[in-house]
Amino acid sequence: MINTSNLTKTFGEHAAVDRLTLDIADGEVFGFLGPNGAGKTTTIRMLTCLIAPTSGSARVLDYEVGRDDQQIRRNVGILTETPGMYDRLSAYRNLSIFARLYEVEKVDFQVEKYLKLLGLWERRNDPVGEFSKGMRQKLAIGRALLHEPRVLFLDEPTSALDPEASRLVHDFIGELKGRGRTIFLCTHNLDEADRLCDRVAVFKTHLRVVDTPGRLRQQVYGRQVVFHLAGPAETFLPIVQALPFVKAAEAKEDKLILSLDDPETHNPDIVRALVGAGAGIQFVGELRYSLEDVYLQLMKEEPATA
Amino acid sequence: MDKIITIISKEWAEVFKNKLVFFSVLFLPLILAALPLGMLFAFSRIEGMETELNDPEIMKLAGQMCVGLNPMDCSLVYTLNLFVLMFMILPVAIPVTIAAYSIVGEKMTRSLEPLLATPITTVELLTAKIIAAVVPAIAATWVAFGIFFIGAWLLTPPAVFAAFFKPHWLLAIFVVAPLLTILATCIAVIVSSRVTDPRVAEQLSALVILPLILLVVGQSMGLILIDEQLMFLLGGIVLALDVILLYLAIRLFQRETILTRWK
Ligand SMILES: Nc1ncnc2c1ncn2[C@@H]1O[C@H](COP(=O)(O)OP(=O)(O)O)[C@@H](O)[C@H]1O
Ligand SMILES: [Mg+2]
Repeated sequence: MINTSNLTKTFGEHAAVDRLTLDIADGEVFGFLGPNGAGKTTTIRMLTCLIAPTSGSARVLDYEVGRDDQQIRRNVGILTETPGMYDRLSAYRNLSIFARLYEVEKVDFQVEKYLKLLGLWERRNDPVGEFSKGMRQKLAIGRALLHEPRVLFLDEPTSALDPEASRLVHDFIGELKGRGRTIFLCTHNLDEADRLCDRVAVFKTHLRVVDTPGRLRQQVYGRQVVFHLAGPAETFLPIVQALPFVKAAEAKEDKLILSLDDPETHNPDIVRALVGAGAGIQFVGELRYSLEDVYLQLMKEEPATA
Repeated sequence: MDKIITIISKEWAEVFKNKLVFFSVLFLPLILAALPLGMLFAFSRIEGMETELNDPEIMKLAGQMCVGLNPMDCSLVYTLNLFVLMFMILPVAIPVTIAAYSIVGEKMTRSLEPLLATPITTVELLTAKIIAAVVPAIAATWVAFGIFFIGAWLLTPPAVFAAFFKPHWLLAIFVVAPLLTILATCIAVIVSSRVTDPRVAEQLSALVILPLILLVVGQSMGLILIDEQLMFLLGGIVLALDVILLYLAIRLFQRETILTRWK
């Protein structure tokens, strides 16, 4: 659906996006994670034919960026970093202008459909300037969908919103997800990526990694299991260390933290060994890292590029 | 074509909700039309005005403007001529205000990017923006001139009106003024690409008025006689500038340039 190959954009001497290669499948919600200035907006602008790549190539929906720009613009939707609504005009007018520019056939039908879907139909005649930030952002996403694009680009849809408004937007994106649209979601909100995305890329000028949020956590930390014991864990450390499948073990107060490849198979053996040695086991649980931990860890590492 | 109309109607809906723009499009022409008519009305009513106006000096300044008229009538012709030149300020001032707000305003609210992401071509977008500024300006100029013209015809003696109403003024209003409007709009588009405050864009672009003021001053001091030849010359110059500036505006008005350099 979206394929890029060594896509690069430089501004003067400075590379904003450097040799980005990605393959995004049909229907996928793809998270593009990176800190401010990582080049996320620049990437979206290249993929939506707003700016031309310096080198490399990209295809969106089987159209070539730089050659079939008009086709790409017709078939993708974009939520830009700032929604850029016409504040003096009504919600209805804002959407109908864009429906016409996107060559939508049944303008009124589509505008009504999305205003109702967004829960803004009652407010359709109010100037957008009177809307809350969350409502404007939803309206801007609706505006990007009027022409029923198969690919949707969202540039930090919740970065300017309070938690409540973010929630509204997240729910709406969640709804879209079920409808077979490919969504390219730029964000530096890891929780958002974790909840909404099938796969995420961690990106800062260069692509660092691409994977599912679950596998990324595992890739960085492996899988870890915590055993809460009744008493200091230190004493039982040699016992677990002696087991061949324990890759690493650490004792912290009354907790034993073990790194395992396959906890489902080996946890019973560990429990047996510990009980045999006289330990009282209170809880066993998997230690879960948030995507945030993974991301911060990855950002610390320098890119492995020449 | 559909997209151009969509943008034009959007511009008008949006820009005329701005009070400053609305007032400049509505009130500037009305004031320019009402002021001279008020003066003519005063001339025709107030006692003692005659001696004041009966100044032979005026005959020298007015020169060829009023061959065969008495000094009193000549003063009127002279005044009318000055005023009609003032009307040429409208085709510059109005589109500059509209264009400055329609482009810089869109830059400030960041609404240009979603617009550029649609399948509208940059030429269509620019055309729409230019038409949206040019049409109200020309309409306002013509309406204001029409009011002034009818008023002058009603308030002045036939000999005075005949001496004043020369074909070069028709040329000025119907040919040179629209060309000037396009010129001012192009300059506003180009200037708007470089500034972030619509007022600055407006003021810079309004510098186009300066040569016009030179004309007014020149004429009032009897240095230049405005006639058909001068109008043709002026029209030619403005037309040439229009072509050059339109080309420049289109060159500058590219998606990437607008997004990355129009800051
Ligand atoms: N028009 C531009 N001219 C020069 N540098 C730019 C331009 N646009 C973006 N950049 C630079 O490119 C880098 C990436 O910017 P951007 O794509 O906006 O990042 P993000 O969206 O991830 O925050 C930044 O260092 C930014 O300063
Ligand atoms: Mg950005």
